[in-house]
Amino acid sequence: MFKILKKETLANGITKMVIDAPLIAKKAQSGQFLVLRTHDKGERFPLTIADFDREAGTVTIIFAQVGRSTQQLGSLPEGGEILDVVGPLGVASHFDPSIKKAAVIGGGLGCAIALPQAKHLKQMGVSVDMIAGFKTKDIIILEKEMTEASDNLIITTDDGTFGIHGFVTDALKKQIEDGVKYDIVVAIGPIPMMKFVSKLTREYGIKTIVSMNPVMIDGTGMCGGCRLTVGGETKFACIDGPDFDGHEVDFDAAMRRLSMYDGMKEREEDCRLIQMADKAEDK
Amino acid sequence: MERNMSLEKVKMPELDPKVRATNFEEVALGYTPEMAQEESNRCLECKNKPCVSGCPVQVNIPEFIHEIKEGNFMAAYQKITETNGLPAVCGRVCPQESQCEKYCVRGKKGEPVGIGRLERFAADFAMSQGALGAKNIAPKKGKKVAVIGSGPAGLTCASDLAKKGYDVTVFEAFHTAGGVLKYGIPQFRLPKEIVDLEINVLKEMGVEIKLDMVIGKILTIDELKEMGYEAIFIGSGAGLPSFMNIPGENLNDVYSANEFLTRINLMHAYQYPSYDTPIKPYQSVAVIGGGNVAMDAARCAKRLGAGHVYIVYRRSEAEMPARLEEVHHAKEEGIDFRLLEAPTEILGDEHGNVVGMKDVRMELGEPDASGRRRPVVIEGSEYTLPVDAVIVAIGQSPNPMIKNSTPDLKTQPWGGIITNEETGETSIPGVYAGGDAVTGAATVILAMGAGKTAANSIDGYLSK
Repeated sequence: MFKILKKETLANGITKMVIDAPLIAKKAQSGQFLVLRTHDKGERFPLTIADFDREAGTVTIIFAQVGRSTQQLGSLPEGGEILDVVGPLGVASHFDPSIKKAAVIGGGLGCAIALPQAKHLKQMGVSVDMIAGFKTKDIIILEKEMTEASDNLIITTDDGTFGIHGFVTDALKKQIEDGVKYDIVVAIGPIPMMKFVSKLTREYGIKTIVSMNPVMIDGTGMCGGCRLTVGGETKFACIDGPDFDGHEVDFDAAMRRLSMYDGMKEREEDCRLIQMADKAEDK
Repeated sequence: MERNMSLEKVKMPELDPKVRATNFEEVALGYTPEMAQEESNRCLECKNKPCVSGCPVQVNIPEFIHEIKEGNFMAAYQKITETNGLPAVCGRVCPQESQCEKYCVRGKKGEPVGIGRLERFAADFAMSQGALGAKNIAPKKGKKVAVIGSGPAGLTCASDLAKKGYDVTVFEAFHTAGGVLKYGIPQFRLPKEIVDLEINVLKEMGVEIKLDMVIGKILTIDELKEMGYEAIFIGSGAGLPSFMNIPGENLNDVYSANEFLTRINLMHAYQYPSYDTPIKPYQSVAVIGGGNVAMDAARCAKRLGAGHVYIVYRRSEAEMPARLEEVHHAKEEGIDFRLLEAPTEILGDEHGNVVGMKDVRMELGEPDASGRRRPVVIEGSEYTLPVDAVIVAIGQSPNPMIKNSTPDLKTQPWGGIITNEETGETSIPGVYAGGDAVTGAATVILAMGAGKTAANSIDGYLSK
């Protein structure tokens, strides 16, 4: 059991939790993730490590309450306990020490995961521009933290209610055309956003790292549920990633696999699995 | 009682194939005390005990069977647990036909004695009486040993070391202990309650099990040593699934057997939505492979409601590595065996969902390096099998996580940990390994044998 030391709402439906996990905190590095399970009948699901404090022995997660499991997690109180927290998993991000200038791009909740990457690059002495994209003003998160972690924070909103009106790709394109020379772009967010950032940077020949978020079960390489096509080869995001070269990833295939279990709820009425489950419950 | 000279084993009651193919209840129901005694009277109690030589953990077979004959069922259980820490598991999942029962004298004419069934009976009887824990635990030595992985190899090693008086801690990556006994072998073949009972026996003996600990990530081998573990046993198994590298393998509805079975067995997806992990319902499923894992996946798919389930295997039935009993059970449940066939491509629709699989037919050619006749493609034999899901069960290799975090640990090019076969010792002094992590995917009982060997070596190493 892992104690929730602090719980905070960052925006509507977006929650931050600081978890007591000294052994994980000791090893965690930016780019790595955790697999969690909230109760006995719960599923295992991955969340990226948003921050860690080795001395305090804590790791931080930031998540949107979008489905059954994230809602269950979000319903746990401060001082409560999470049943299972496994990690740190995945390969830590590795950046070339010769990098001078980076653009770290976060899309929505992806900003929470982009933030430790920006911090990591700053610590390496890299000059960091952060571009953070949100649908609208009300769901902007981590503005203060991103300002601190970057030399220049550009916020975009799809509806123009705050910052630049448009997508992160519009802001990135403008930076590049204004003459800013990026050695690397790190893009973290929904798959379409990472896809279009990668498409743009390919035109300019800028190396681009994306953090993939496929369906996972164990998170330790034993099932291949999280497999992706990268550079024409099959990779397991949990042990080969989650960071990959954005110019190599087959985003359309990744998107397709991510939608595999959509509609399971609608099927519940006539699904045989459900009937069997009900039978098992009756016993 | 009179010696039973029947040429056949006493039949074990089983659920009706039509009924059981719709649920996950245990298929084989086990002997009643009367049946067990009747079967035990087929044992000749040979002086040279050829059966024992076929058992990787050297269970005292004629002795325990003798106790059953006498009606001393608890004594039979105690006799077995002198050498075997998981009798209820072994009695169910061992391939007895190629181990103990292969050497049984009664098998020369007629069927061998049902040793596995009798072992299962004794273990189930003892558990029904609430008997837990092996007797004769040695006084505490005050020495710590770490066991990585709680599958059959790790549990056996931990059990033997605890009996010898060591303080044993087992580190398990999953949220529950048991390894393949939990995530791989389905409920209908090995009820999870049985596995938990056997693991409770270990806990009663003082073994500590730490869950959610991925060694190689949260702690390294070197750090375990720094924490005061004087010897380490690696029993991390062969969990990395192989794929075929054919077109269409990353479509939706294509699973590794590990994923399919983990969702069903470990995460209880067959009880969705009472449990949160989903699995999609399918009409027609192809399982690629001919081992026990393929049989388990096929029989699970059937139980989830698929009307057609195919086993697609590139050799003939004679070469199938699966247990005879499981192949037999699969056939009874209506699994369609497509032998001497191999897939060449998985076909998808515009949404990326599986709609079929291209297969070619094969014929057997000359023997290959493994001694088995090599399948050769018959030109022009290609056809399309209409399926909406494909499960790949063509084998697993050891997970690279421990190897990658332990540079001194010598491994084979395919990932297996290199050990001294006699002792289980690795290239690092004080670090031992066994089971699938060393051999690649094999059987439960071979893993247990390796765990036992390593426990003896560790005892020798720490007694110096």
